[in-house]
Amino acid sequence: MAFTAFSSSTAAAEPVVRRKSRVALFLLLPGIFYLILFFVTPLISLIITSLQAPDPLIFGQFVNAFNWQNYAIVIETYGEQAVRSAGYAALATFFALLIGFPLAYFIGITLRPYPLLQSLALVLVIAPFFISFLLRTLAWKQIFSTEGPVSGILSSIGILGPGESITGTTFSVVFGLTYNFIPFMTLPIYATLVSLDLRLLEAGNDLYGSPATTFRTVTLPLSAAGVMSGTLLTFIPAAGDYINASREFLGSADTTMIGNVIETNFLVLQNFPAAAALSLLLMGFILVLVAVYVKRSGTEELL
Amino acid sequence: MTNNDVPQGGFAEAGADLELVGITKRFPGFTAIEELDLTIPAGSFFALLGPSGCGKTTTLRLIAGLEEPTAGRILIGGKDVTATKAYQRPVNTVFQSYALFPHMTILENVAFGLKRRGIKNADPLAHEALRLVELDHVAGRKPTQLSGGQQQRVALARAVVNRPALLLLDEPLGALDLKLRRQMQVELKDIQSEVGLTFLHVTHDQEEAMTMADTVAVMNKGRIEQMGAPQELYELPHTAFVAKFLGQSNLFSGDVVSSSSTSMVVDAAGTKIEVPLARAQRHSGHVTVGVRPEKVSLHDSEPKAASGRNVIGPGRVTDVSFSGVSTQYEVTVPQHGAITVFVQNTSISSLHRDGDSVWLSWSVDHAFGLADEAEGEPVSRFHADLDTSMIAVQSRKDLEAELEEA
Ligand SMILES: Nc1ncnc2c1ncn2[C@@H]1O[C@H](COP(=O)(O)OP(=O)(O)O)[C@@H](O)[C@H]1O
Ligand SMILES: [Mg+2]
Repeated sequence: MAFTAFSSSTAAAEPVVRRKSRVALFLLLPGIFYLILFFVTPLISLIITSLQAPDPLIFGQFVNAFNWQNYAIVIETYGEQAVRSAGYAALATFFALLIGFPLAYFIGITLRPYPLLQSLALVLVIAPFFISFLLRTLAWKQIFSTEGPVSGILSSIGILGPGESITGTTFSVVFGLTYNFIPFMTLPIYATLVSLDLRLLEAGNDLYGSPATTFRTVTLPLSAAGVMSGTLLTFIPAAGDYINASREFLGSADTTMIGNVIETNFLVLQNFPAAAALSLLLMGFILVLVAVYVKRSGTEELL
Repeated sequence: MTNNDVPQGGFAEAGADLELVGITKRFPGFTAIEELDLTIPAGSFFALLGPSGCGKTTTLRLIAGLEEPTAGRILIGGKDVTATKAYQRPVNTVFQSYALFPHMTILENVAFGLKRRGIKNADPLAHEALRLVELDHVAGRKPTQLSGGQQQRVALARAVVNRPALLLLDEPLGALDLKLRRQMQVELKDIQSEVGLTFLHVTHDQEEAMTMADTVAVMNKGRIEQMGAPQELYELPHTAFVAKFLGQSNLFSGDVVSSSSTSMVVDAAGTKIEVPLARAQRHSGHVTVGVRPEKVSLHDSEPKAASGRNVIGPGRVTDVSFSGVSTQYEVTVPQHGAITVFVQNTSISSLHRDGDSVWLSWSVDHAFGLADEAEGEPVSRFHADLDTSMIAVQSRKDLEAELEEA
């Protein structure tokens, strides 16, 4: 299942295919071709762009070079946004986990005796996907806007000063990120919990484990694969997100994330090397993070 | 780490007695246990024997606290635990499905209960329990890396290591091969008597129940049909179910035609069968009586009528199966259907062959009378609008059907 993309829990028990087969290689060809065309080629192009230097003759044009200072410059210029991105993504992941885990638990375990309700609840989790991501985020902008109901109530009880608005704050951006990524957190956790053998929880109870202890020692470790997939599926896109934090949606100049900076550099400033360098840095950062995370969580520990 | 509600510290000094009072368990649309009363004395090895689906597992789950009774009370060591949570009860279970924690090593599995109770040297104790089931060498492995039989032994170690006042075993030896099962039976019996724990052992294997338990209760359709020492149950079954489930039986039904101060005579399709009153549950009307196959003797010719023996015949040997120690004969007697006879192979020459004409006899003292309304439901359901001759035909048919089954 795609939800457990990052968990290698099933791999351990499966026998290793030893024979190198030409047929297997042949069958892999379309996939390899696809990867070269749509991943490796743009990546190389991006690397080349990121090292380009301004054309000394024509303003706004760039020539191939080995201008590695591009990286130093973007790190210096956009360090704040990078740190903010990581922080926002971490917060959103945390809140999505806080909401997604109990939700997944409820659907996967509490509703298990009622398959119809279970399917219904699952559809409700996925339902937001039927509406465009942009529209939903815009709707939240409406709800949070100065004239909107939430601001109205908060102003009337004095939490929000006159003329102040929720949109454009850290709160609204993290809220938007959390909201948009809850399904990505919930579904992988659900996938592990729905197949959790409840007899193991009974065994935990029988062996003097209180419900809390049994949750900590049995339920949580057995759903760790889902939690790991969920946090990665939330953190990675959230770190690179540029919709929620953009000024047209829930953000403001104070909430700019790395995604917004890349967008501005590519589309507005047309500083392609800077944008490319930023993109590659973001990619590298996430790769390192995922590698450390997967290693730390130890796929072996997951089962 | 540990929880205050959980029984802390040391082990149970001795087993606790268990008392079930009027336990009923209803699932939506299905009554699994009905008005169950059961007392198991402290320190005894009690076997609950019954066919699959009769409610054995449900009974254990009720005692362990994993299921709530619809009605009734559960007392462990005199304390009412009906409202107590599973993790607070001084009870451990060996689950039929093993339920080993897949993410923990074998050692961690076995030490789980000890750690929850805050027992200091959990790991050495766990190793000791693993040595008991001869699996200490796999202590570092994960459950998926063990065979079914090994997993079952780990499940056993995981429960036994806690030395609970009451240990519930749900078919704990089902996945083991014969040799290992015998060995584990002895092992279990040793653990039980050594510490004086109370064992409630659930099984559908009558031999296992009889060899291991002090007391056996035979369960059927959510009720206990009969309870007692294994030998008592075997020699004097009270119901047709017990007579057939615990070993084999030859059953006959008919009306009581005469009775003296010590015995009664039943007319089973024309054959007079005498049963001691002390061994009969009912003394009048239409009754079912029986005898165990190994109590029946075979004769080449009609034996002389002697007081104290029931005689049936002549019949024809329809099946002979030789099993080394003994030979099992199937003798078909007109009006009585097939009767099973076990004969010890004490001499080579006396073997009867297929098609031989034989007579059967057994000592009156070995006969038993059952409590069942002769052939229960179908008969009572149809009798209302039948005349007497049809009743006779009906009960004959019932009898034949029953004998065919047996
Ligand atoms: N949770 C449940 N819901 C409905 N019926 C159940 C449930 N658990 C058990 N039963 C039924 O109760 C009966 C007794 O089951 P069980 O105690 O497991 O039998 P066994 O003697 O084989 O261990 C069975 O007919 C089973 O279908
Ligand atoms: Mg069972």
